[in-house]
Amino acid sequence: MSAVVAEHEHDDHHDHGPEKGFLRWIITTNHKDIGTLYLVFALAMFFVGGSMALIIRAELFEPGMQFVSPQFFNSMTTMHALVMVFGAVMPAFVGFANWQIPLMIGAPDMALPRMNNMSFWLLVAGILMLASTLFMEGGAPASGWTLYPPLVLQTGAALPFAIFSVHLLGISSIMGAINIIATIFNMRAPKMTLMKMPLFVWTWLITAFLLIAIMPVFAGAVTMLLTDRFFDTSFFDAAGGGDPVLYQHIFWFFGHPEVYVMILPTFGIASTIIPVFARKPLFGYSSMVYATAAIAFLSFIVWAHHMFTVGMPMAGELYFMYATMLIAIPTGVKIFNWTATMWEGSMTFETPMLFSIAFVVLFTLGGFTGLMMALAPVDFQYHDTYFIVAHFHYTLVPASVFIIMAGAYFWVPKWTGHMYDERLARFHFWLSAISVNILFFPQHFLGLAGMPRRIPDYAVQFADWNMVSSIGAFIFGFSQLLFVYIMYKTVKGGTGEKVSDEVWEDAHKHSLEWSLPSPVPYHTFDTPPEKIPTEHF
Amino acid sequence: MVKTKQLFAGLALMTFGLGTAQADYTLNLMEGVTSISRDVYGLHMLVFWVCVVIGIAVFGTMFYSIYFHRKSRGHKASLFHESTKIEIIWTIIPTVILILLAIPATKVMLEMDDTKDSDMSIKVTGWQWKWEYEYLDSGVRFFSSLDEASNKARQLNSGIDPRTVPNYLLEVDKPLVVPINTKIRFLFTAADVIHSWWVPDLGWKKDTIPGYINEAWTSVDKPGTYRGQCTELCGRDHGFMPIVVIAMEKPDYEAWVVEQKQQAVANASAADKEWSAEDLIAKGESVYTNNCASCHMADGAGLAGTFPAITGSALVTGDMDAQVDLMLNGKGMMPAFGQMLDPVDFAAVSTFIRNGLGNSVGDSIQPATIKALQGAIPATEYDDDDD
Repeated sequence: MSAVVAEHEHDDHHDHGPEKGFLRWIITTNHKDIGTLYLVFALAMFFVGGSMALIIRAELFEPGMQFVSPQFFNSMTTMHALVMVFGAVMPAFVGFANWQIPLMIGAPDMALPRMNNMSFWLLVAGILMLASTLFMEGGAPASGWTLYPPLVLQTGAALPFAIFSVHLLGISSIMGAINIIATIFNMRAPKMTLMKMPLFVWTWLITAFLLIAIMPVFAGAVTMLLTDRFFDTSFFDAAGGGDPVLYQHIFWFFGHPEVYVMILPTFGIASTIIPVFARKPLFGYSSMVYATAAIAFLSFIVWAHHMFTVGMPMAGELYFMYATMLIAIPTGVKIFNWTATMWEGSMTFETPMLFSIAFVVLFTLGGFTGLMMALAPVDFQYHDTYFIVAHFHYTLVPASVFIIMAGAYFWVPKWTGHMYDERLARFHFWLSAISVNILFFPQHFLGLAGMPRRIPDYAVQFADWNMVSSIGAFIFGFSQLLFVYIMYKTVKGGTGEKVSDEVWEDAHKHSLEWSLPSPVPYHTFDTPPEKIPTEHF
Repeated sequence: MVKTKQLFAGLALMTFGLGTAQADYTLNLMEGVTSISRDVYGLHMLVFWVCVVIGIAVFGTMFYSIYFHRKSRGHKASLFHESTKIEIIWTIIPTVILILLAIPATKVMLEMDDTKDSDMSIKVTGWQWKWEYEYLDSGVRFFSSLDEASNKARQLNSGIDPRTVPNYLLEVDKPLVVPINTKIRFLFTAADVIHSWWVPDLGWKKDTIPGYINEAWTSVDKPGTYRGQCTELCGRDHGFMPIVVIAMEKPDYEAWVVEQKQQAVANASAADKEWSAEDLIAKGESVYTNNCASCHMADGAGLAGTFPAITGSALVTGDMDAQVDLMLNGKGMMPAFGQMLDPVDFAAVSTFIRNGLGNSVGDSIQPATIKALQGAIPATEYDDDDD
């Protein structure tokens, strides 16, 4: 059926290109344009959130208070997290989804193009509203991105704006997720059965279900905060018969799957890139799919491992400890499969592959510390220290962010028809890979030595490692300007070298997009492809 | 110069790793001074070494492959991409490792939870931003907050080098004192927002939550001073509410309890006597520095838009009853000091802000008056008997 419709449209819109001028970017319903909008917006927010991180690291460079007040420091840790999670990492993956899912499954566009446009602009509205709280009386929210009551209820004028921005971001994410599910279920090329889909499509399908399940939960939690503050309810107020710990349960029921929303598409892109540069099919395709589904399922039943110290009953502590430890099994399967994919390959190390290998290694380190803190009695020491900060940054920066970079280098020649500067890109990789470890590795030591997280100043025995970490932060932060330069140069013409259709050697065996011309035309797969690649299963 | 030196020291450490660490540094978890903390440490090292071994195996394989299986060495790709046997093996091995880790972890967990047969109980209440300790057996009760030297040095651009302050940010005005080799049961709650009480040497932390009573226990086996901090973000001064525990031999501890009781009696009689305005103002200044200056600023100028100024404030220079009422009961971000300050300190600071910081109202209030007002405050709703 979809084939018929597509052919019909093909006749009508034969020479239909993008809208001229600036308006193209406002009203576009083209999945490629919307993908670009998401990616550019994510990059901008990466720098906004990154600047906040640099304010934090500047204050922590030395003991004593030098630059900001403690209240503003708390606003920075809160806003850094919210901007990075909802403004940078999630939109970047939605950007890749928009660009790549139709290309990978042989569809002409996303299933719901107008909604696609709306979900992008709601995201912008939500983030702008969140950013506006920085200028409000009483300052931006300063209670951590978890927004725990009762503390969050002490926020000034910003509270309702922060809550409404969460609502907007939630609506945007849900709409994006619906669109992705509808596209994958309805728009695949006839021979593209579910178990033949590229792993990136699979991981996004599962991620989209996670999003639909959790965003309403978060919206509910913050709405209860709103009514507690303005309408005299007592959901979380002990004095009124409520329960502050209830909020934490609701929040982490959202929050734990949320962190997997940021890592599952990462797995998908890594599983796409590594086979291409190993010149081998992905090892254990079906076990990769099942492992992703298993991780997604487990993410719903482990939330209280974020709350081991709130004083749960023993049965609860033990259950959440055992359930959390189980996550190591499917995650291990993934890491072993990537290693097996490289084994006996014929590897080359272009920038996307370098970032992907760094991801596998450094994400595994983050996984190890994750296993350590799964053990509840030891978590009583680790909890809310810099050890945790190191852990989740290892799973987010050299994992999600590195893979976003890898994906950008991997696909940008296909999207623009221009090759990026490989020498500069490798330099960007090595700068990032080294500085990210100078930045985050010492934080393990700080946490174990007893430094709590979210403090603007610290005892002098923590001074040296904080200084090292701050130096790493500034190198890492400024290195990313190089990424912007490389990408800008690529869009403007790159090295001038003509890019072949498949860009990477034998890439057409792995996925559909490499059989299209470079740069990809504005409209693709008006008729669904006859043949699909078979390399990945 | 000092900064450059520190920078090089830091970089040298990074390069040469653990061997050159100075005495100040700890790179690893501390073993602590209780049986639980040593169990936790043992578990930590066990899981650490398990990760190291797995890491060597996985990364070893990967780097072997990266080195030998590269196109530049002419390696041809083999096309294998599936093996159910190997998938089963690398599912089962981790499962077995996890079970082996879960067994000792469960044991430690159960031991930590066992608060039965304790010898004494201490109730810990978290406040923004200080700790209240109440010895339920002897009735000793006091607040413990950041010491004055750290508090001065930690103000924005204070000009004081934190390195010159002994135990910067890890020192309090009045530490928690406990006897060694005694099973102490802690009860945790909070008066305003959630805090978390953590002394690494004891091996655990526990959240203090309004409306909840959490339990934990410890038995310290070495006399000494053990330091920790609040570890749950609790607002502006979260980084400035340290914990100091002094563990002493039992006879010393008992002597300390007697001293505390005498002190309480002396404080009570001080509250009943008539104080001169000068004495109150003199005392009030240090109470102000420790309790009020972090928001209302040392000179009483406040922070525009967030914390009102004391100097020239209509409330402070107006009717004293309204001012005292606000201080007793709090409002919004202003904490209720009714239970936090004893009558003498309360009267002293109330008088000080009316006659110092650029104000000169000229009146004063007696501790006895405050004592009567505090007596009228209903008892805290977070009682221990709902556990």
